[in-house]
Amino acid sequence: MKRYFGRKLLIYALTFFIAVTINWMIPRFMPGNPVDIMISRAGLRGSAVTQMYSYYMDAFGLDQPIWKQYLNFWIAIFHGDLGTSIFLFPTPVIQVIKDALPYDVALLLPSILLSWFAGNKFGALAARNKNLDNTLLPIGYILTAVPYMWLGILLAWVFCIVIRIFPLGGGYDFSMQPSYTWDFYWSLFNHWVLPFLSLFIVQFGGWAIGMRNLIIYELEADYSHFLEALGAPRKLIRNYAYNNAILPQVTGVALQIGVIVTGALATEVVFAYPGIGYLILQAIHNQDYFLLQGCFLFVVIGVLIANFVVDIAYILIDPRTRAGMTGGAE
Amino acid sequence: MSLKIENLTIYYQTIAGNVRALEDASFSLADGEIMGVAGESGCGKSTLSNSLIYLHAPMKYIRGRVFLDGEELPIHDTQKMNPFRYKKISVIPQYAMNAMNPTKKIGRMVEDLLKSRGENYKEILPEVKNRLELVKLSPDVLNMYPFELSGGMKQRMVMVISTLLDPSLLLADEVTSALDVSSQKAVAEMLVGFRDKKIVKSIMLITHDISILYQTANTIMVMYAGQLAEKASTETIIKAPRHPYTKLLISSLPTVGVRISENRLAGIPGNPPLLLNPPTGCRFRDRCPVAFAKCAEVPPFVEIEKGHFLACWKEGKAHA
Repeated sequence: MKRYFGRKLLIYALTFFIAVTINWMIPRFMPGNPVDIMISRAGLRGSAVTQMYSYYMDAFGLDQPIWKQYLNFWIAIFHGDLGTSIFLFPTPVIQVIKDALPYDVALLLPSILLSWFAGNKFGALAARNKNLDNTLLPIGYILTAVPYMWLGILLAWVFCIVIRIFPLGGGYDFSMQPSYTWDFYWSLFNHWVLPFLSLFIVQFGGWAIGMRNLIIYELEADYSHFLEALGAPRKLIRNYAYNNAILPQVTGVALQIGVIVTGALATEVVFAYPGIGYLILQAIHNQDYFLLQGCFLFVVIGVLIANFVVDIAYILIDPRTRAGMTGGAE
Repeated sequence: MSLKIENLTIYYQTIAGNVRALEDASFSLADGEIMGVAGESGCGKSTLSNSLIYLHAPMKYIRGRVFLDGEELPIHDTQKMNPFRYKKISVIPQYAMNAMNPTKKIGRMVEDLLKSRGENYKEILPEVKNRLELVKLSPDVLNMYPFELSGGMKQRMVMVISTLLDPSLLLADEVTSALDVSSQKAVAEMLVGFRDKKIVKSIMLITHDISILYQTANTIMVMYAGQLAEKASTETIIKAPRHPYTKLLISSLPTVGVRISENRLAGIPGNPPLLLNPPTGCRFRDRCPVAFAKCAEVPPFVEIEKGHFLACWKEGKAHA
């Protein structure tokens, strides 16, 4: 057990190190320089340009050799310092992310969990039900194949432009100030529905199809046939099949989380929803090294934590993995 | 009379047509009888066994009646058959190694199964432990998962589960095939023990391994290509078979003390017919050394001596 977790943690630490290093490298490989953009925005001339340039280069530590920047970056991370945003100067990156994070959690968590739950239930229902199967299967295949962005645009067009039920763009109405009032919550909710739906619908199709196939496989398994031969009721056999079929779906969630983050990015861009995905786009536009690093860092941490939770959940729900663990420890 | 079967005919429905896996099988099984069903792969042994307890697609009921302890079994009606399953007729399936839910503790699965059949697990538990002892398993296995057991242990566990409700008839389908020789003998002896202790009244032991039948079965029924060929006491089938197929089958068995290198095993020339469109009459006649014109008609399965049934025009006539 101890060795199992030791090995897992080592793998996670290594993944974290590599992912964060790549995240540090990517913005620096982009052509151009964030300070150039700031200066040109400020509209400075003459000697002021060189002065401001060297000031900012020094302030962001960009005048140091690249290896030293990398080292400083790691030191800063362990001090909880993600630097200062260039695009929203002088707000610290951590503050920018803190403001955006609630939107992401509110969008991703319900869409992942609800689509998983509903997809599994619906897929299980569809297995061995001719009518439901004939309708669900093609619809499910279409839904999973739909790109998040395209569905987002379609939903925005239908609900915001054609029938105008929901507002388009932003996390809340631009005329409002964030406050703890019902009006504001209502506005938040209205702006949340479409991004949520576009994520939910695509994922739902995938889970439903997967579950349908898994259930059929389990119902054809030998233990199901044995129970049938001994006259066990359909309900018991279905229950067993469902409980076993859910296991690969749990793994599926772990694999999906990384994909969902990018799906959320496209969705947030389409709806101008102020989550981390939207921030990433802004950071790229403005060559904001520090904001981009910070956003990626949170994505990496999020994916790793989610995977770790799924790993532990798997140990709890599948006895066979526990057997493998004790075998490894001996 | 424990089991009585009349003209049981089961086909498999395929896109190409009906596969005639079992044609007009009529036989009976006495109380306390362990009957071995022998024959090569595809001869309908498993079809016979499966159709008696759980007849499902692509299997198709064509005709025939089945009586168990005087009651007719509605084998063609999956729902009506349910009250009989497990309580009156039970099975140790061919796939006993995978017959238990891999993610449930064995005790839990047994509990779920018994509860779903309206039995009280707590009341039966002491008997479960007795039965485990009978098959030399520790009661601890109830707290284990199937993957923690060896193949032989799983096999014995399934034997215990299958027979918990003291069924009248036990169908044992290839129970020894996946085991090594020493486990085979132990399992065979346990089956006999179940019968002797009156846990089950009679057993139908389906196997292609005639040597295991010799140790276990009271009678042997030989099948060929979906038809019954011969049924008689084990002694008679081994020492004095009458059906040409049985004769050839027995003579193909290796004999102790004979070196294979000096005396090659005899086989039966030819192959069994395809059952999608089987030949009329006796299905063995293409490979039969003594076939004659009459064999184009289906030979009746008749009793030529007391307890000796035979479906052969040639051999049967000599005694008719």
